Amino acid sequence: MSTDANTSTAPTTDPATTSPLLIALAWLLVGIPLAYGLWQTLVKASALFTG
Amino acid sequence: MSRLDKQSIVAGPGYSGWLIPPAALAVHLSIGQVYAFSVFKNSLVADFDTSLTAIGWVFSLAIVMLGLSAAVLGTWVERSGPRKAMLAAALCWGTGFFVGAAGIATGQLWLLYLGYGVIGGIGLGIGYISPVSTLIKWFPDRPGLATGLAIMGFGGGALIASPLSNRLMGAFDPGFVPTEPGAVASGSALSQTFVTLGVVYTVFMLIGAALIRVPPGHGDDQTAEHSPGTNGALVRASKATRTPQFWLLWVVLFCNVTAGIGILEQAAPMIQDFFRVGGVSSISAAAAAGFVGVLSLANMIGRFVWSSLSDRIGRRGTYVMYLGVGLVLYLLLALFGSSSTFVFVALAAVIISYYGGGFATVPAYLKDLFGTLEVGAVHGRLLTAWAAAGVAGPLIVNGFLDQAGEPGSLVAADYRPALLTMAGVLAVGFVANLMIRPVSDTHFDDDAHAANEDRISDRLGATR
Repeated sequence: MSTDANTSTAPTTDPATTSPLLIALAWLLVGIPLAYGLWQTLVKASALFTG
Repeated sequence: MSRLDKQSIVAGPGYSGWLIPPAALAVHLSIGQVYAFSVFKNSLVADFDTSLTAIGWVFSLAIVMLGLSAAVLGTWVERSGPRKAMLAAALCWGTGFFVGAAGIATGQLWLLYLGYGVIGGIGLGIGYISPVSTLIKWFPDRPGLATGLAIMGFGGGALIASPLSNRLMGAFDPGFVPTEPGAVASGSALSQTFVTLGVVYTVFMLIGAALIRVPPGHGDDQTAEHSPGTNGALVRASKATRTPQFWLLWVVLFCNVTAGIGILEQAAPMIQDFFRVGGVSSISAAAAAGFVGVLSLANMIGRFVWSSLSDRIGRRGTYVMYLGVGLVLYLLLALFGSSSTFVFVALAAVIISYYGGGFATVPAYLKDLFGTLEVGAVHGRLLTAWAAAGVAGPLIVNGFLDQAGEPGSLVAADYRPALLTMAGVLAVGFVANLMIRPVSDTHFDDDAHAANEDRISDRLGATR
């Protein structure tokens, strides 16, 4: 991961550290729909072996 | 300077890079819906009282616009930064659904072409490339893993959209039961589903746009420290397209996608035809749909697994696997695919995992060849190979199958010419990949290269 801290062009308003809660929420936001899609596809795919 | 500009979204020193992959996934999971467009096909055909081909054009148009917009707007995306690009993609993708819904509600098919096909297709192209170069810049040591994760989302988007769309159509039209053969949703349910999806995807993509940041030091391309490719290559997009390496890689991607689409396009009828004896297939329609599900999973997993592997074994070696092993697998499928269902499914699943892997690994290959200077713009131009393959793949397969007989009466042997042709296509890609060498320094951008060297020296000097 880039660790270069050259902030010469950084007018950022980001807090000094990122909240672990925000990281968890961001991953849940994409993880839950993806898990739903994966589950639905697995159910559908199981018909190949049972149908 | 607006809050959308690249300079405004430089990550603060404490901003976690762990927020970048979900930001990219929010976009790719949304635009990946395009691969689930087929869930609307039967209902749209009934609603517009038109042919399957006429509705099929909506999808084809969207994929062609994806390739064209990525190629034409790649440089704009690179210069504007990922937030502005993601916003544009969200607006186009959402508007595409809304205009498409208006077309369905008023019975105007051309509005569906214009909305989902053209406007939505532009959103697809911008959205697809928008997070790629940012991910490579955040994770320069693991570009395959980083882009593989995002592009896996494009495969995953269809897995979500297909059941979600069926549920929405069922909710707006209680008479619609998607599991019943030949079930069609009403026009009203279709247009309401399109509006709902448009709202959901727009919001989802905007969240991605809000989360995305460029790494510290990358607010201005002129002063950013770029990761060079092999031999220190930093090549601008306009010059990259004049190198043999770009066109060899174009051929590689074209061949890999053409071969994969050959199976994907025909998956459900193909497995039934392979196991048809005496005019009756031993594979039920439900099992054939299950096979499509297996291929979707292989497509998605291959994007992440093989692209991540490429960080360890190199990009050239990974494509040797996709194209070389893929070629052997195609031959095995043609010759022995009908020997057992397990053999058929296993061969097809690995082939499709290579198809997905080919998409996900290509940005890292470009980074190795041309450096990160304008890698997003180069990637956009390379995606024209996808659009071309999207036309060529189905043409090859359907051409052979049309000559072989009527749908519903085909058998495994009828697929042999198409599969052997695809093995030949992969052989062409295999040779093209082996011909790729590091880019000559005559194509390097001298100013960017010299400035980058100075910045690296300064940084190393400062840390001593």
